Amino acid sequence: MRSVLARPGGTVLGRRALGALAVFAAGAARAQTPAGAGKVSVVTSFSNDVTGPFKRAFEAARPGMTLDIQNRNTTAGVRFVQETRSNNAVDLFWASAPDAFEVLKSAGLLEAYRPTAQGIPERIGPYTINDPDGFVTGFAASGYGIMWNERYMRANRLPEPKEWSDLARPVYHDHVIITAPSRSGTTHLTIETILQGEGWEKGWGTVKGFSGNLRQITERSFGVPDAVNSGQVGIGIVIDFFAFSAQGAGFPVKFVYPSVTTVVPANIAVVKNAPNPAGARAFIDFLLSPQGQEILLEPTIRRLPVNPAVYAKAPQGYPNPFTGSIGMPSLHFDVVESGKRYAVVDSLYDQTIGTNLDALKRATKAIGEVETRLARRDNAAARALLAEARSLIDAMPVTQAEAASDEVTGAFTGRAGSPRQAELEQRWAAFAREKYQAAAAKAAEAARAAG
Amino acid sequence: MSDTPAGTLGVAAPASPGMRRFLPSRPGEAVAFALVALFLLAFLVVPVLTVVTVAFQDRATGGFTLAHFGDFLSNDLFTTSFLNSLYVSLMSVVVASLIALPLAYFTTRFEFRGAILVQTLGVLPLIMPPFAGAVAMGLLFGRSGTVNLLLGDLFDINIPFMEGLNGVIFVQSVHYFPFILLNLVASLKNIDRAMEESAQNLGAHGFRLFRRIVLPLAMPGYVAGASLVFIKVFDDLATPLLLNVREMLAPQAYLRITSVGLEDPIGYVISVVLILFSVLSLWVSSLALRGKDYATVQRGGGGLARRRMSRGQAVAAYAVIFLILALVLAPHLGLLLLSLATVWSFAPLPDGYTIAHYARVFAESSQYITNTLIYAGLAGLIDVVLGTTIALLVLRGRIAGARWLDYLAMSALAVPGLVLGIGYLRTFFGVTLPDGRSLASFWGIIVLALAVRRLPYALRACTAALQQVSASLEEAAENLGARRLRVIRRIVLPLMAGGLAAGFITSFATAAVELSATLMLVQSSGDAPLAYGLYVFMQSPAGRGAGAALGIIAVVIVGVSTLLSHLVAERGGGRKSP
Repeated sequence: MRSVLARPGGTVLGRRALGALAVFAAGAARAQTPAGAGKVSVVTSFSNDVTGPFKRAFEAARPGMTLDIQNRNTTAGVRFVQETRSNNAVDLFWASAPDAFEVLKSAGLLEAYRPTAQGIPERIGPYTINDPDGFVTGFAASGYGIMWNERYMRANRLPEPKEWSDLARPVYHDHVIITAPSRSGTTHLTIETILQGEGWEKGWGTVKGFSGNLRQITERSFGVPDAVNSGQVGIGIVIDFFAFSAQGAGFPVKFVYPSVTTVVPANIAVVKNAPNPAGARAFIDFLLSPQGQEILLEPTIRRLPVNPAVYAKAPQGYPNPFTGSIGMPSLHFDVVESGKRYAVVDSLYDQTIGTNLDALKRATKAIGEVETRLARRDNAAARALLAEARSLIDAMPVTQAEAASDEVTGAFTGRAGSPRQAELEQRWAAFAREKYQAAAAKAAEAARAAG
Repeated sequence: MSDTPAGTLGVAAPASPGMRRFLPSRPGEAVAFALVALFLLAFLVVPVLTVVTVAFQDRATGGFTLAHFGDFLSNDLFTTSFLNSLYVSLMSVVVASLIALPLAYFTTRFEFRGAILVQTLGVLPLIMPPFAGAVAMGLLFGRSGTVNLLLGDLFDINIPFMEGLNGVIFVQSVHYFPFILLNLVASLKNIDRAMEESAQNLGAHGFRLFRRIVLPLAMPGYVAGASLVFIKVFDDLATPLLLNVREMLAPQAYLRITSVGLEDPIGYVISVVLILFSVLSLWVSSLALRGKDYATVQRGGGGLARRRMSRGQAVAAYAVIFLILALVLAPHLGLLLLSLATVWSFAPLPDGYTIAHYARVFAESSQYITNTLIYAGLAGLIDVVLGTTIALLVLRGRIAGARWLDYLAMSALAVPGLVLGIGYLRTFFGVTLPDGRSLASFWGIIVLALAVRRLPYALRACTAALQQVSASLEEAAENLGARRLRVIRRIVLPLMAGGLAAGFITSFATAAVELSATLMLVQSSGDAPLAYGLYVFMQSPAGRGAGAALGIIAVVIVGVSTLLSHLVAERGGGRKSP
């Protein structure tokens, strides 16, 4: 068995030394801090397929420590930590959604920790890997993209999509599925990246373009790969590891990163007043050690390590965000603006697209039909009408400046003087409904003009 | 069959409420009332109130306001959602009745081989394991499901079984018709054979006999089941969400309550509206039974006279039953296939078969099975005890507020599991047990949450059963010197046996697959029930088969338990009759 270098009772190895040891003695960290013994409680949204290999490897590397995994979905996990703060029994919060960590951090429920691991860069794509204040540590990255079921595509004779804008084409009508950004922090970041990458107005145009072809908007992120895996819907807008792990499990699915995409970190954080803080830190260090990072490459996990050196061990064709092959290294992501309008963007999506999906789809379908006819026999008048219809669809009830203004954001925090959230939402939904109906009418006019 | 108590008493007139008012006061009743009220207060009212007060708070000042209710009423989305919920609930009752009536009628009315088997299989739809059940339904009935792929190949058509409001009605009816079936069967079995025979002597037969005599006498069971279906469908969020129908009230509430980091009061406003509406519809359904007396004194003959069917009738009856069972058990067949499939994607049947998923489940998670049996079993027992007590207090007691206990308990149907879970953490986390742990981390709290959430099912069944027991039997026993408790134990409970079993089964079966409150309260995987394990598996593509396998195990466990409790109830009921 493994030798124990540190005797119980005295910290023989400093944390830095421990981290260095973890880096150099890849395969097994042979150190054990005395205070790090015992149970480490983790609240996580990750499935057994992800947590299982880490638990086994960690417990083997650190004899005497056990990892107690509590699976909860992100909402329940955040609520649990919030509600049990008076007598906290959780050491670590481990999940993808960056917004969940943001909530916990701003509620003062996290403990800062700067891990000792070496060789991890500061940024991955436009995002910093770790929280600048040291409360949240990124351990893996994931990119957003398009996943599809090959059998479904063949049966419906659909071409393979490459870019977000491809999904707006009439051929994909009713074949696309997504999670609402209000339900999934990663979908939110995708939408936000499109908005920042293409600008507020053009960005919403892209988002509404593919949204008009949606079959469904699911309320949980795993609902999207579930539907694509079983072939209920052909194309899903998903985070990459959902597609890779589905491939690993044998499903006939493919995945592509569009050129405008995000590579976002999945995170871990120490909870404030953790019963076993030393154990919590030991697990974070383990996650970031080369051994921990290599576990990410396993077929059922398939996430992108944050340590660039680990990619040398990755199988052929494994995506690597550090070589610039995916993600948008050029994009300057404005964290402040994104943070300010977080709830506003979610609500705008829910109100203008989510609750008005039927009207949006009707208008999109009508435009698509005319477009298909115009492709055979062009007509300038009809084209002009279609352009009008499209700009009606793209219209947004608030401008970029308004979206981040105190008046609008205040509605979501209950600020005095702001309208109530429900009032605003009702206004936005009514705005969108009216525009979509007008767009459908314009498209009908264009159909007549096209003859 | 043994003779019944009623048989020795002859036909007694049912007691009028007026008579009961003059009975001597019973201190035991006040104690029972206080205990039940305390339980509901501690484990339902207080936890829920700690959460839903947000609905009445001004977000800026924290003061009391009704502005959020104004927003609710003036919002088009919520008005549409409300109407959709109402429409879906009513239609689901209709469709569920069409499924349940033939099954109940054939199995109680005729000499029918395997009646218990049919009644047991009829419960299985209630056990739709979360997530796994949804995937299986999609693979069978979805747009690219087995049925539609075959229809597409053969006739080039596609039927949207699982889309829009009609999809919700379809899935809800298939899912919840057992509420009607179980309660109706219990009721039909309690009908006095003499009533039927008198009607026949007077010349009624066939459908007219059924419509005018049998069905009206079984009304308490039917109304109990139908009101449960109505309220449950009205408050259910799992099915609309699985079909991605958002324009209904319960999903609207859920989506708003579960947004990470936002305290949007409208979600809680909707919860309050759901609770009020559930109580209202319960009151309306009680109007349907008001002023009528369903009690009969004849017992023990197994209810209606059983007929032999002619060969043609038998073939027709078996065909109807087979068709209905094939429809309602299709999701479970899909689940079975899924649990045995290697990969199943966009194809009528899986690519290949394996038992590896079962091996994985048994290796990784056998503790889930024992935990589920303990938790759901205890919850079912608590529910039957509480349900019987409340039914006795309401129908036999003299305390004016007893009816409110009934409404209060039923309002649990409308409380989203997540709200109850958060409320429990808020209320009980600060309470420490003798060993220093928090009360909220004790597994018993999961049992209590399950019991509270499933109490309405048992309560309706127990109430329906008691409505069919004539108070004159109890009065006779009391005249003969029996004390109240002894009367309940020796007379009332044995006569209610069928209803008690129905109540236990519905509570137990649905508690076995409860997830939303459980997910909030489970604090270590060693204490977790099966639904939690299922959730954990179903979050990854490789876990789909294993999740389905765990779902099948849940279905088998609940199926066997149902069969056993049917047998116990039948035998127990028979033996206890003096």
